[in-house]
Parts: sequence; structure tokens; C-alpha cells
Amino acid sequence: MTTLPPTLSDWFAAKGWTLHPHQTEMLARAPDPATLLIAPTGGGKTLAGFLPSLAELGPNPPPGLHTLYVSPLKALTADIRRNLGRPIEGAGLKIRVEDRTGDTSYSQRRRQRADPPHILLTTPESLALLLSYEDAPRIFAGLQRVIIDELHALAESKRGDQLVLQLARLQSLTPGLRRVGLSATVENPPALARFLSPRTTILEADPGPDPDISMLETEAPPPWSGGGGRYAIPAILNEITRHKTTLIFHNTRAQAELFFHDLWLQNAQDLPIGIHHGSLSREQRERVEQAMTAGALRAVVCTGSLDLGIDWGDVDLVIQVGAPKNVKRLVQRIGRANHRYNAPSKALLVPANRFEVVECQAALDAVRDHDLDGEPRGPGPKDVLCQHILATACAGPFDAESLYAEVITAGPYTLLTKQEFDACLDFAATGGYALKAYDRWQRLKLTNGKWHLRDPRAAALIRQNLGTIIDIETLKVRLRNQGAPLGEVEESFAASLTPGDTFLIGGQVVRYESLREMTVEVSKTPGREPKIAVFSGTKFATSTLLADRILQIFQQESWPSLPAHTAAWLSLQREVSRLPDPHSLLLESFPHDGREHLAIYGFAGRNAQQTLGLLVTKQMESQGLAPLGFVATDYATLIWGLEPVTDPKPLFDLATLREGLDAWLAGNAVMKRTFRDTAIIAGLIERSHQGRRKTGRQATFSSDILYDTLRRYDPDHLLLRITREEALRGLIDFSRIEQLLARAGPRIDLKRLPRVTPLAAPLFFEPSRIPVEGAGRDRLAAAQAQALMEAAGLA
Amino acid sequence: MHKLFFHGQTLHLLPSGALYWPARKTLTVSDLHLGKSERLARRGGSLLPPYETQATLEKLDRDLEATGAETVICLGDSFDDLAAADGIEEASRLWLVRLMAGKDWTWITGNHDPGPIDLGGTHRAELKALPFTFRHIAEPQERAEISGHYHPKASLAGQSRPCFLADAARLILPAYGTYTGGLRSKDASLVTLMAKDALAILTGPRVLAIPMPR
Repeated sequence: MTTLPPTLSDWFAAKGWTLHPHQTEMLARAPDPATLLIAPTGGGKTLAGFLPSLAELGPNPPPGLHTLYVSPLKALTADIRRNLGRPIEGAGLKIRVEDRTGDTSYSQRRRQRADPPHILLTTPESLALLLSYEDAPRIFAGLQRVIIDELHALAESKRGDQLVLQLARLQSLTPGLRRVGLSATVENPPALARFLSPRTTILEADPGPDPDISMLETEAPPPWSGGGGRYAIPAILNEITRHKTTLIFHNTRAQAELFFHDLWLQNAQDLPIGIHHGSLSREQRERVEQAMTAGALRAVVCTGSLDLGIDWGDVDLVIQVGAPKNVKRLVQRIGRANHRYNAPSKALLVPANRFEVVECQAALDAVRDHDLDGEPRGPGPKDVLCQHILATACAGPFDAESLYAEVITAGPYTLLTKQEFDACLDFAATGGYALKAYDRWQRLKLTNGKWHLRDPRAAALIRQNLGTIIDIETLKVRLRNQGAPLGEVEESFAASLTPGDTFLIGGQVVRYESLREMTVEVSKTPGREPKIAVFSGTKFATSTLLADRILQIFQQESWPSLPAHTAAWLSLQREVSRLPDPHSLLLESFPHDGREHLAIYGFAGRNAQQTLGLLVTKQMESQGLAPLGFVATDYATLIWGLEPVTDPKPLFDLATLREGLDAWLAGNAVMKRTFRDTAIIAGLIERSHQGRRKTGRQATFSSDILYDTLRRYDPDHLLLRITREEALRGLIDFSRIEQLLARAGPRIDLKRLPRVTPLAAPLFFEPSRIPVEGAGRDRLAAAQAQALMEAAGLA
Repeated sequence: MHKLFFHGQTLHLLPSGALYWPARKTLTVSDLHLGKSERLARRGGSLLPPYETQATLEKLDRDLEATGAETVICLGDSFDDLAAADGIEEASRLWLVRLMAGKDWTWITGNHDPGPIDLGGTHRAELKALPFTFRHIAEPQERAEISGHYHPKASLAGQSRPCFLADAARLILPAYGTYTGGLRSKDASLVTLMAKDALAILTGPRVLAIPMPR
């Protein structure tokens, strides 16, 4: 077994620390080619990952890179550097630890390439850049170990796919490389292990005691619909006063802003409470993080931006506002409370509306049963592979056969065929167009059996575009005549503002004044009603596991564990209609307010229910049922129109729906957006850089033009195929519609009712109703133009 | 189509971004930027779908057909650079030659294509066709001027579209080429150039005039 340097053991002993069993076990497994450690938060996971490195390096290591640590967060690398520094200095070990991220200075980064530290802490993006240099083989020559932190989070995104391709590259450079993955609790450890390496063994630490989790009881029942949970503010304030530090999680940034605003209005005791989310400026987020570390805050209202990251030992309560949508994420969030090993985490769920009461109950049951959800991610995305091929060419000429052999050792790409690989290579080299236009100007050329950049200057451009995170174009928001930015809003939101509009940012209501040099200038307007800021924070769809559990709850005879108001609501639904069940698709049709309505209880998650709404209204249109609009939630779609639906079966014919999908997808905004992301990742278009946009002149043109051009002249192009794959598994979520229809089979049950049913009623209060488009948009624009001309006296 | 009465003449502003002057049977287009994808590729940039020259020529073909124009003025930046003009694919060159056949065709030079190009037609820095002066970049003191260069665009009902800009003194055309970005009419250079009462005439399925957003 690998042993720790005696001075380090002494230092641990002096501190009164004993190693946890899984930490000792990691030392024992040091020679293994790949280990996945699954441990709860606070279990000393990171130290466990580093112990074998400290043991191997010993007190006086020779120069050269020994261990690479990769984390999804820049902030985490700095934190780890400090934490690791303590035992290393305390034990007098001569081990150099440095971080390297986008924030590292140019001179520091240059020096690191010439003289790498023993332990380098970095992010997937910085690693991609490092690997694209010609001297990569020299930099990584002595590399022994690589540690991937928060592997569960990375594995859910393209950053993870890119990372494992890089691991394959590193393994070729240093065949003896051993891999360690660190992860929070996940539903399918073997799948995550395969993602890390085909030769991974799994080590599961004692998960600790079960969390203390329940639904928050409030005097007022939750409202019938909507989100945000503002009705619960008095009860939440009460909980904050009873705990040391509380984290209040919201599912979207806009909801976090609205909630924070109202929380302050009701905060009679002036409790110090902060807000933290991805649209706030870095300065502002850091201020909150520092105040939190210093113990100066009693609560932080936050979003997924605090899902990962620095341990805050003093958090003793986590409140989740709004249904958690996903059990695994809930469990990981709960872990943010009580970062002490072997102490139960305490958490409260706050349903935002009546439907969510049932979903919260389903989530509580799932947590209790240790039943975690997770959708398998499917094969590795090809746009990431295209980028990887270009990046590899930056480092030097490569042989296609060997690169293919290397790529298929990476977990998500094991099933990639040679033909698919060749298509990606062809795209990287020639653009992959049906019209062979670039013979003279290929990006990659084949010389003596090796692919290389035609123009070495292209490397700089490719490096600038490395990475798979696509920033949404944002503009800074500043108070007029004052320095520090308040945060950022999306460009599209800024474009929709006219002077005098009000919106919320950082918990304050501000008034839009002007747009100056790519900065939104605002002034304070206390007390005005805000126009809501539309941040495109991801709209998570309720997971299949939770949806199934909700349907199970519906089948119960009675509901003793649900609050009385919710149980009464479900009983009434059973009396006047029926409750949805897992073996059929329930539809309700009823007149209301002069319109015919159709409620589709698909429980397929928000994205799929929305797609279903679009496709079914299209069918209804062609059947002359004159649909006027629809609204979708995680559970149901409500369509209104002029004629009642009497024969639903043809509306839900899978083949017809799929046909409609193809036609609809073509001109769809979701596709264009997906295409843009894919085109940036694959290296077809460049990211726009802040500096370049400042000139005001758009040297680059909209990716929509490229999308339309390709669709017209080269409809089978690789990037269009990738776009389709991506859109289908992402926002369109067609697979869940397929699952739903397969599960229901012929049982598509339509109930005709005289009036709105209890289950359908909340759907009427849902915002974001979608009109069914005819020639509406052009007419709207024409009317608006007319009004503008009249106002200007020009008509 | 939008009809604009400008210095005693009726002009047709077409949804495609072309300008037609019926009295002289003259079609004017600006900033075609033909060969843009080739130029980017040559410089080691990304390999964009190489179909924009084809798409632009198709559009031009349709406008010539629909209007029956006998005179054509290209207001500069017709090619993305001079090498792009030389390197134009044979099929596209033949197509262009066919379009030019039998027409009085003028290439105004632009900042991207400052020299003569190896194609027929007349090459000029600017063209006077009374009452108008046609040139690539607007000159602040000029009157009755028709120009291009800026690729103006403006937003209406949340959609941004290429647009014509017009005031009493000048008319600026949108970029006609497929791969062209735009400059917002709110940009300082356009706000200073255009009079207070200027109009923005948006291209698209329907041509719509609005007060120029500034």
C-alpha cells in the first residue's frame, strides 16, 4: 500500500485528524488505473483524491507535473489550492501546487508551460488549451495521475464529453496515467464509471445518515398555479430566524429575483440576507460569497449557481422553493446543508402551487427510498468531436487511424463508427459540403499520411474558440453615473426595453434609461412594479421518475400524507372526472368562457408537453378545429379553440406527429438556437468577443443566415444532422412523447365534461400562453408600424 | 414594395433590399459581398457554407426578372475583396455574365473592392444620373445622393431587419448580399449622418416604414 510521508501523518495526528475509511482505501487503490469515489458532501472527498498523489510525491519530489486536477468551477481551483496548501506546508513537503484558469496571468501561464508545478489545478477549458500547444507532449511527459472533481456534474454536459476526449489524448501521451473521479451520489454509478474510463473500479463511501427533509407547513395553502412560492415568505422568514444560515434555492433566476424582492419587503427584523445567481456581476457574487464565508449572512436566495462549490460549514438549513423537478439534484442540494460528515442535512420543500404539493410529496418519497432519477445521456455529441479534431491539429500533425482508435476509448464515444468519425474529420478539414468549394483553402490537409493545419496561423483562431460553454450574449447593467455594475441581462431582453420600463436586478427595481456603449444604464425607482427580467435560466422539466411517482400517488385510495387542501382537490377530481394513471393518456374536453378546451395529462415534462401542444394544434388546424392557443406545464397541456375535439385518436397518431415534427422543426427558433451553439462548438462560426462587439459594427452576421443557407443548399450537411439530434433530445424532448404514447398504447381516453375540472382549473392561471400562429406576426408588425408613423405625424 | 418620392422621382424600395427607379428602368443594389466565404477560408478562418454567391445571384436574378430593369448599378463592395472577384467560381461567373448581357451595368468601387474587376460593365468611383448621385459611402454635404456601405438595420416588434434609410438629402441602401451583418440605425455614425425626420424602411416579407430608430 502507498504510504503517506511520515511528516504528513504526524501533521494529521497533531491536528487530531484520523482518515476516513474511504480515504485510506483510496491510498490502497493508488496503483489502479481508474477509481470512481462516490461520497457525500463533507466526506473529505477532495483530500481522498489527493492523498495518493501526496504519498507518491513524498517530501522531496523531483521537478515535473505529477497530478492534474480538473474541476468545473474556477472558484473551486483557488479554494482547493488554499486547502491543499495547509497540510503540504504543515508537513514541510516540497510540493508545488498552482492553479491555471482563464483568470491566470499570461506570464504565469507561460512559466507554467516551461516549468510545470507538481500539482496543477485547472478547468476542462484551460486543459483543452494546454493540450492544443505543440509542446503538450513535453508538458505532460511525467504525468502520473489525473483527478476529476464533481464528475457527476461534468458528465451531464458537453464539458464532460470534451474532458474525456482530452483524457484519451493524455493517456496516449502518458500511457501510465491513472484516473480518479470524485462524485456526489448518483443513480447509476457503473454508467459514471464507464464515462471516466473502461477500466474503472467504484469506491462508495458511507453515505452518512439520511437527511431530515419535509414539506414546509404554511398557514395559507399554496396558490393554484404559478411559481416562486411568495405565499410562504412569512413561514420562511420564521425558519431563517430559527437557524444559523439558510440557503433558499429557486429553479430560475427570475423567480429568485422576485422572491428576494418580496422577502426584503417583509423582512421586519432586518435579517442580513443576500442573493446569488449567474446573472449577477462577479463582484456582487464574490461579495455575497465572502459575507457568507465570514458568517455575516443569515440566508442566501440562490439558484443552481450554488449547486457546486466551496463548502460553507455553517449552513444548517436548505430550503427548496418550487418543486425540485429532479430527485438527484434535490439530494445534492440538500447536501449543501451541514457539511459535517455523519450529521444529517436538514431541508424543507416549499411547493409553489397545488400541483407541486403532489410533486414535492413524490420527491420526499423518492429521497426516502433512495430512488434517484437520471436520463441516460446518449452517445457523445459530434460537435464536440469536431472541435477536438481541430484542437488536436493545433498541437501537431496526426494520423486519422490512431486518433480514431484513441477517441473510441473515451466513454461517450465507444460506439462511434469509423464512418461517423470520418464525417467529422471531413467537416474539420473541408467544411464537409456537398459542393466541394474549398480545395485550395482546406483547413486541414493530408500530407504523407498525416493531417495538419493548412495555415498555421489558423491555430490562434481555433484556440480562441475552444470550450463547449456557450455564453448567451449579455449586456452589463449599471446605475447611471455610478461605477459598479449591478449585473447582466440578455441582449434580447435589453433590446425589448424602452426608456421608462422597470425591471428587477439584484433585488432592486430599476428604471431603464438608455443603452450606452453596450451597457444598460438604469436609475433606481423604489416601489414601482417591475416588468420581470426574462433570464433564460434553464427550464428544467420534471423527471420521468418523479412524474411516474406522481401518477402512483394519484392511484391511492386516500391521501393521508398530503395536506388536507390538496387531498380534497384530488378527491373532487376523482368525483367529477378521473385521475390520470400510468397506463393510459387521459384527455378532458369541456367548454369554458365561449371556447372549447382540451386538457392533455401527459406528465411528460414541460418541454415535451410544449412540443405536444405545438404538434397537436397543428393537427387540429388541419382538421378544421380552429385552435387558438395553448399552455403547457410539466404535467399537462391545455388547448383552446372554437370546435370541440370528439375523436382524439388521429390527433395522437405517432407517425403523423413525427411528420408534423419534421415540418415544424425546419423553421423553428429552437433549431436555430441549437444550430448556433453547435456551429460555435464545431468551429464553423466564432464566438463573439466583448471587444469586437464594442465597435458597434456587426462584422459577423447572424448564424440564422447560415442555417437557412444550409437548409436550402445542403440539407444533409453534418451540422444540420447534429442540430437535429441535439434539439430532439434537448428542448423538444420528443422521446418523452414517444414514451408516453408507447405506454398508453390504444388507451387514449377522452372524457367529455360540462365544465372545467378541478385538475384543469390551475392550467387557466398559467402564464406564457402560446398563440397558434397564422399570419399574426406580420399583421402585428404592420399595425405597430402604422401606429409609430401616426405618432410621428408621418402617416 | 414601398414607394418613395425622392427629388421629383418615384423610387420602388423592394422587399429584397434592391432599389428600382421605374422612369429609368434602373435597378440598384449595394454591398453584394460576393465571395465572402472564399475570402474567409483563404485567410485561414472557418469554412462557411459556400453557397452565398449562388444565393445572392438567385435573388438578383429574380429582381431583374420581376422589374425588367435595363440598367443596373452595383453600389460598391460587390466583391468581398479583389481576389474574391478574381477567384469567383466559373459557374457563378457565367451566371453573372448572363445577367449582365444586354444591360447597361455599372460597378461602383467600394472599400472592399477598390480596383477594377475582370468583368464587363463600366467601373466608376461614382455615377451621376440626374437628379441623383450614386456612390458607395455617403458624403455629409451631398444632396440627392444614393449610397450603401453601412448595412443599416432596425428592429420592429422584436425582429431586426436590414433597412433603407431615407431623409430629404439621401437614401442609404441595405446590404443585398447573403452573408452580410448589419449596423443598427441607432449607431452614432448613422444618427449624425441622417436628419432628425429620417425614415427607416424595413425589408422582409412586407416592406414597412417607421421613423428611424435613434
